[in-house]
Amino acid sequence: MKLHAIGRSIALRQSVIGKVTTTELSEIQSRKDSVLIWPHHKEPQDQSGYLAILTPDSRPSWEARAPLIHSVPKLSYLSTGDVIYLGTDGFVRTLYRRDSPHNFILFTDQCNSYCLMCSQPPKPINDFSRIREHYRLIDLIDPETPELGITGGEPTLFKDHFVKFIEHCNTKLPNTALHVLTNGRLFYYREFARQLGNANHPDIMLGIPLYSDVDSEHDYVVQAKGAFEETVIGLHHLARYGVPVEIRVVVHKQTYGRLPQLAEFITRNLPFAAHVALMGMEMTGFVNSNSEALWIDPIEYQPELAAATDILATAGLNVSIYNHQLCILDHRLWPFARKSISDWKNIYIDACQICKVRDQCGGLFQSSEKKHSAHIRPVLDLA
Amino acid sequence: MTQTRFNQREYYALGQNYRFLPFQFMQFDQNRKLLVNEVGEYLFLSNADFDQFVNRKLDTVSDTYLNLKGKHFLFDSDSRAPFELLALKYRAKKSFLAGFTKLHIFVVSLRCEHSCHYCQVSRVSADRALYDMSPETAQRALDLVFRSPAPEIKIEFQGGEPLLNFDGIVRIVEESNRRALETGKNVEFVVTTNLALATDVMLSYFREHNVMISTSLDGPAFIHNANRPRPGNNSHELTVQNLQRAREVLDFDKLSAIMTATRLSLQHPREVIDEYVLRGFQSIFLRALSPYGFAVKTAKTIGYSVEEFLEFYKEALDYIIELNRQGTNLVEIYSQIILTRILTPFTTGYVDLQSPAGAGIGVAVYNYDGDVYASDESRMLAEMGDQQFRLGNVTPTTYEQIFGGDLLRTIVASSSVESMPGCADCAFQVFCGADPIFNCATQGDMVGHRPTSDFHKKNFAIIKHLITLYESDSEIRKIFWAWIHNVPLNQLAIEEVAA
Repeated sequence: MKLHAIGRSIALRQSVIGKVTTTELSEIQSRKDSVLIWPHHKEPQDQSGYLAILTPDSRPSWEARAPLIHSVPKLSYLSTGDVIYLGTDGFVRTLYRRDSPHNFILFTDQCNSYCLMCSQPPKPINDFSRIREHYRLIDLIDPETPELGITGGEPTLFKDHFVKFIEHCNTKLPNTALHVLTNGRLFYYREFARQLGNANHPDIMLGIPLYSDVDSEHDYVVQAKGAFEETVIGLHHLARYGVPVEIRVVVHKQTYGRLPQLAEFITRNLPFAAHVALMGMEMTGFVNSNSEALWIDPIEYQPELAAATDILATAGLNVSIYNHQLCILDHRLWPFARKSISDWKNIYIDACQICKVRDQCGGLFQSSEKKHSAHIRPVLDLA
Repeated sequence: MTQTRFNQREYYALGQNYRFLPFQFMQFDQNRKLLVNEVGEYLFLSNADFDQFVNRKLDTVSDTYLNLKGKHFLFDSDSRAPFELLALKYRAKKSFLAGFTKLHIFVVSLRCEHSCHYCQVSRVSADRALYDMSPETAQRALDLVFRSPAPEIKIEFQGGEPLLNFDGIVRIVEESNRRALETGKNVEFVVTTNLALATDVMLSYFREHNVMISTSLDGPAFIHNANRPRPGNNSHELTVQNLQRAREVLDFDKLSAIMTATRLSLQHPREVIDEYVLRGFQSIFLRALSPYGFAVKTAKTIGYSVEEFLEFYKEALDYIIELNRQGTNLVEIYSQIILTRILTPFTTGYVDLQSPAGAGIGVAVYNYDGDVYASDESRMLAEMGDQQFRLGNVTPTTYEQIFGGDLLRTIVASSSVESMPGCADCAFQVFCGADPIFNCATQGDMVGHRPTSDFHKKNFAIIKHLITLYESDSEIRKIFWAWIHNVPLNQLAIEEVAA
C-alpha cells in the first residue's frame, strides 16, 4: 500500500494539507482546499486557486500558475477525496484515503506509558502544534466517512484539547464513528471523564488496553507504576459518564499466562465493556528489541486463549480475537476471529495461497512476514 | 532501542506485608476451603494454601497469591483500585434496594372455587361484600403504591382467585395506567390465577393491557388434582385447556407457571418435570410448601421434612440438566436466581431471598380488607392469627407510618444476614438472604436460630449443591450460563462452533 511519494516542489512556500481532486474543479471557491492531480501532458484549462498541482512530469510542457510538485512518480494511488500533506521539500504524505475503512489520526507521538511491545514507540517531544493539522484534516475529509481512528502515542495527553477535538468531530463529522486508542490513565481524573462524556459524541468507542488482573503485572507490561490503578478506575469513570469502552489485550509471553484470570476479572469488574479484543502481537516497534521477552508461538497459548474467550463469551461479553490466523486457532474460536489487520499492513504468506479459508482469515501483519507461528499451514479440509 | 531501557518485572513487584480484604470461608470438602468475598467472588484453596494465606506466609509471586489478589481477597499497596472496585461491586450487588418497594400485591378477592390442600388463605364463599377488595380500598392502596419512589412498579393480582373480581382488576389497571402517565412511572401487571374462570373477554383484556399471567401447574393430572381439589376434581384438565386458550390470545412469554411440591410430588420428580415440558414451558420453579395457613394443618398428609425436599430438589435438578443436555431448554428458576448471584456481578430482584429481606422494602401486600402487609407470607401468617407483620391499613395509616414506621425498621434490622448470628460468618452470605416471617412462623422470632432453621438448611444445601455441580462438569457450566442469560443452550456464543 503506497502512502507517500516524493517529488520536487516549486513555489510551495509552506507545507499544506489539501483534498485530492483528479478532475479540474469548475468552481474556483472549491479549489482553495484542493490539490489537483494532473497526470496529463496537456495544460489544465484553469490552474487558478488550487493549493497545489501534482504532476509526474519532470518538465511539464505548460507553465505552472499554482504551487507545483512535479516529478512525482505514480500518482495513480491518489483518488478524489483523499487528503494529503505536501511538504515544501516535495514530500507527499497521505493522511486520509476515502475508500479505506482504516483511516486514523496519529494524534501525538508522546506517551505516558512505555509498553514492552509498543508498535508505535513514543517520542519525548512536544508535538502539540500538530493538533492544527488534525483540525484541518477533520474539515477536509468526507463527511460520510463511516469510521475514523484516533491513535498515538497517547491522545489524551492533549487533555482539554483532546475533548475539544472530539467535540469538533461531533460537529463536523456527526456521522463518523470515532475509535480512540488510549491507555485511559488520565480518566482516573473523574472530571476529565465527565468532560468527555459531556462532549456527547453519538458514536465513540475508547479502546483501552488491560494486560492483567493484577496491578504489578500490568504495570510491568506498560512500564509504569500505578498505571493499572489509573486505567481501571478510569474505565469506571468513563462508564459512569456513558462513554463506551472496549478492552484490548495484546497476548504475548508476559500476558498469556493469566489470560483466563484477566477474562474473569473483566466479567466481574468491567462488565460494562462493550467489546473485548484479544489480540495477537504486531512484530514491530519495541517488539523487535524485546523479542526474547515477548515472543511465544501463538500455538502455545491456545489453551489460555480458548479459556479466556469461553469465560468472556459465556458471561455475555462481546469478544473478538484479532490478528490470529485461522489455521492456528482452535476451531471453536473461529467464530470470534475477525479480519482485524488494517489493509495497508496486511499480508498473506505463501502457505496461504491454497488455503480454503483464506478469504475468511485476517492473515498476518506485514511485520510478521519473517517471524510468525511455525504452525501456519493451509486449511484444506473443512470437515 | 535497547533492552536496558526497560525495567524488569521485579521493579513493579509489590506484596510485602499483604493485608486481607473482607471475606468469608468454609471447609467445602475434606481438602479444600471455599473463600467468598463481600461481592460474591469465590475461590477454592487447598487447606495448606489457606493456612499459608491466613498466616501471611503466602509466596507473593505464586499463582495462588496473584489469584487472591486479582479477586480482591487481599491488597498489598496503597492503590485505591481494590477499594473502588469493591465499592462499585458492592453497590451492584445491593442494587435491588434502589427505588425501594417495587412489587405491590393486590389481594382483589379472597374467594376461590378451588380448595387446595396447601393454600394459606382462600375461602370458598360467594359473599363478595365480605371477601372482595372494594373500589375505595383499591384507590387508597394505589395512593400508597404511587408514593413509592420506584420508577418501575409491578402490580400483582393475587387471591384467592383474583379473576372472581375481574371488575376490580380492570379498575386498578386503568387507574394505575392513568397515574403512571401522570407520574412518569412505568407499571407492569401480572395476575396469579388458576385460569379456571378465565373468559375470552378477560384474556383479550390482558393482552391489550400487557398483563402477564402466572398460573399453577403441579404436575400431571394425578398429582395436580390431588393437590388442588375443586368441585368435579378436574383442575388439571381445566388448567391445560385454559393454558392452550390463553396462549392463543397472549404472547407465549406472557404466561408462566409455578408448582408447589407436596409429599406426593416428591415421589414423582420426573413426572412433574415431564408435564412442564409437555405443556411447552421453558422454565419450572421447584417450590417447597410454605409453613403457613392450611399447609400447616394438613402437614401430616402433604408435608415433608426439608431433607426430603432437598432429595427431591437434587433429583429433579439432575433430571432437568439431563433434559438440557439432550436439547430441551428448561430452566429451573430457583437455581437461576442463585447462580446469577454466584456467577455474575449482578443481583436479582427476587424478594424472597435477599438481605435485608424484601418484606416491605421490596414488596408490599394490600389485602382485600385494606390491611397492608410486608409480604405475601405476612398476610398468610395473619390468616393464622399472627398479625405482627401487618404494617397498617390503607384507610387510617399514612405512607410514612407504613413504610417508615418502627415495624418495618425492625424487620429490616432483623433480616440483614450481614449481622444475623450464624449468617454473619457464613461463606454463602452474599448468595443468600433472610426471611423474618418464616423465622417467626417456625421459630418464634424474626432473627431465628440457624442451626435448627429449615430455611437455612434448604438454602445452604442448594447453594452448595449448585457450586459443586458448576465446578464438576464443563457442560453443566454451559447449561447454567444459558439459564442465567435465559437463552437456549445452543445460543451461548461459545457454542457457535464453525463447521
